[in-house]
Amino acid sequence: MVGGRSAAKKFEAIVGAVALATVAASIPPTLAAEMKPALVYANGGKFDKSMNEAAYGGAEKFKNETGIEYRDFEPTAEAQGEQAIRNFASRGFNPVVVVSFSWTSAVQKVAAEYPDTKFVIVDAVVDLPNVRSVLYKEQEGSYLVGLLAGMASKTGKVGFVGGMDIPLIRKFGCGYKQGARAANADIKVLQNMTGTTRTAWRDPVRGGELAKNQIDQGVDVIFAAAGATGLGVLQAAADNGKLSIGVDSNQNFVHPGSVLTSMIKRVDLTVYNAYADFRKEAFTAGKQTLGVAEGGVGYAVDDNNKNLITPEMTAAVEKAKANIISGVVTVHDYMSDNSCPD
Amino acid sequence: MDYFDILISILGSSIRLSIPLIFAALAGLFSESAGVFDIGLEGKMLASAFAAACIAYTADSAWLGLLAGIGASVALGLVHGFSSITNRGNQIVSGVAINFFVSGITIVLGQAWFGQGARTPQLTSAGRFAPIILPGTDAVRGVPVIGSLYANVISGNSLLTYLAFAAVPLSWWILYRTRFGLRLRAVGENPGAVDTAGISVSWLRYRAVICAGLLCGFAGAYLSIVQSAAFIQDMSAGKGYIALAALIFAKWKPVPVMFACLLFGFLDALSNFMQGRQVPLIGEVPVQIFQALPYVFTCGLLAGFVGVATPPKAGGIPYVKER
Repeated sequence: MVGGRSAAKKFEAIVGAVALATVAASIPPTLAAEMKPALVYANGGKFDKSMNEAAYGGAEKFKNETGIEYRDFEPTAEAQGEQAIRNFASRGFNPVVVVSFSWTSAVQKVAAEYPDTKFVIVDAVVDLPNVRSVLYKEQEGSYLVGLLAGMASKTGKVGFVGGMDIPLIRKFGCGYKQGARAANADIKVLQNMTGTTRTAWRDPVRGGELAKNQIDQGVDVIFAAAGATGLGVLQAAADNGKLSIGVDSNQNFVHPGSVLTSMIKRVDLTVYNAYADFRKEAFTAGKQTLGVAEGGVGYAVDDNNKNLITPEMTAAVEKAKANIISGVVTVHDYMSDNSCPD
Repeated sequence: MDYFDILISILGSSIRLSIPLIFAALAGLFSESAGVFDIGLEGKMLASAFAAACIAYTADSAWLGLLAGIGASVALGLVHGFSSITNRGNQIVSGVAINFFVSGITIVLGQAWFGQGARTPQLTSAGRFAPIILPGTDAVRGVPVIGSLYANVISGNSLLTYLAFAAVPLSWWILYRTRFGLRLRAVGENPGAVDTAGISVSWLRYRAVICAGLLCGFAGAYLSIVQSAAFIQDMSAGKGYIALAALIFAKWKPVPVMFACLLFGFLDALSNFMQGRQVPLIGEVPVQIFQALPYVFTCGLLAGFVGVATPPKAGGIPYVKER
């Protein structure tokens, strides 16, 4: 047989490789179990002044407190998400936190392939025994900023600019509207969506035009839930001397004195808790829903906006917060029935 | 809000949205009149937006930003010229290559320099061109119709907006009333004749792509340092192609180009405005219909109403000197 010797060599090589692999596998996991946390951001970059930056903040906090290094990855294209998640899982990173519903199917696939790795996904549900899915009650946080908007508006008209037209964003808009109505039952709420494709998250020009349009119609407070598009909205509001409301992270500093407040989503806590739970060996999979009561969503007050929030507004919004926690007020969730009560 | 206020608001928005189209379409006009097809308008605009935002942020000066934008755009124009004039390459391929190159390189550099997901940091007011309030705005604001039109549509735009409208008659004058313009158009129709007259075809075409680069530079800078206050990846969002459509629609003539761009800007503004609004007899129309409207109109207009649009005869053909 021609090539018999080389075949034999190949066989030897395979045996050798298998032997090595067995040795490697026989090293007890505890030896290799220096905790190696990983973080995969959403499209939009680490310092997006929004959700990714919040996640980064949580991971940094964990690093500073425990000295445990983490690895992170910023996907810049749709296809990179799954690659990054699989890469981390295959190189033994654990737990892997994934920020964004964009990577839902990626987590679904990779988590099934690596059942021993723990995954955390934000804003989406993946029903696997090694995945923790973290959802937020955005409607409650939006209700609070809606209430503030309703009280701050002098014209009786407030606006909302969403990013991509998906139920999650309608949920923000619906909570906001309910809050504004709670402050002023006759208030008009104008709602616009930037688009229907993912470019809607990064089109500040259109965001600014939509905001200008609302301002021309008499709106004087605009809530932007639109990723980078929102920066165009905040800019338009600042340029025209109106108020705006930021989203996800505290964006009050973007235009001090013009950003009324920000609807904050504590993604930083989610990341931090995931790492901390894993370290304490107390990691739980399954669905978590964080609302006002859990401190998962809220409104931001700092030096940049404290002059915009009057004591009456503080009192009203704190009361609303207490009412939501105690269950006196329930904020309708758009995603529960895909409609918003008028 | 009554109908007149709505009209004023939409008109103001139309003008803001059509400025980059006007600059880019005029850029295409110069290049294509000289026989160099320019698919790369999109890429040059994007490169200029990026360079303008980077420099305006680091130097904190809108003027330096504008210069950088023009510089980047002209440099790419020269690359296009080198491949399609000097080396007689395919002009479409070269233009498409520029678009791809810029779309990628701006993301890589932006991410490496600023770490904000290919976005440049938010500009301060010194890094942007402020709106210019024309004299007499406050005096006429109270006058019905004209006052409101003057105060809200004509006044209060940025320098680049006025420049765009000034560029239209200027382009017409250059193309149709100067010796340079005559030769430029001749080189797009019959380069052999120009060559016979002892004038360099290559040098004329190079000057045309430099003019195109210059105008595209204004378009890009407008996007990043006037209309918004930062560069965002792919922020040109197809405006270069819309400008090309406007150019064809306007049959390669400067003044019709302006009106075509204003029409596209108006459709865009209208689609923003009509979102979620009640239309008489129909009720609320889904947002998607209005967002598709500019494209539907573009297709319809280009397919049905333009009539015959004849491009410059020598367009797209590299000139080979007879020996």
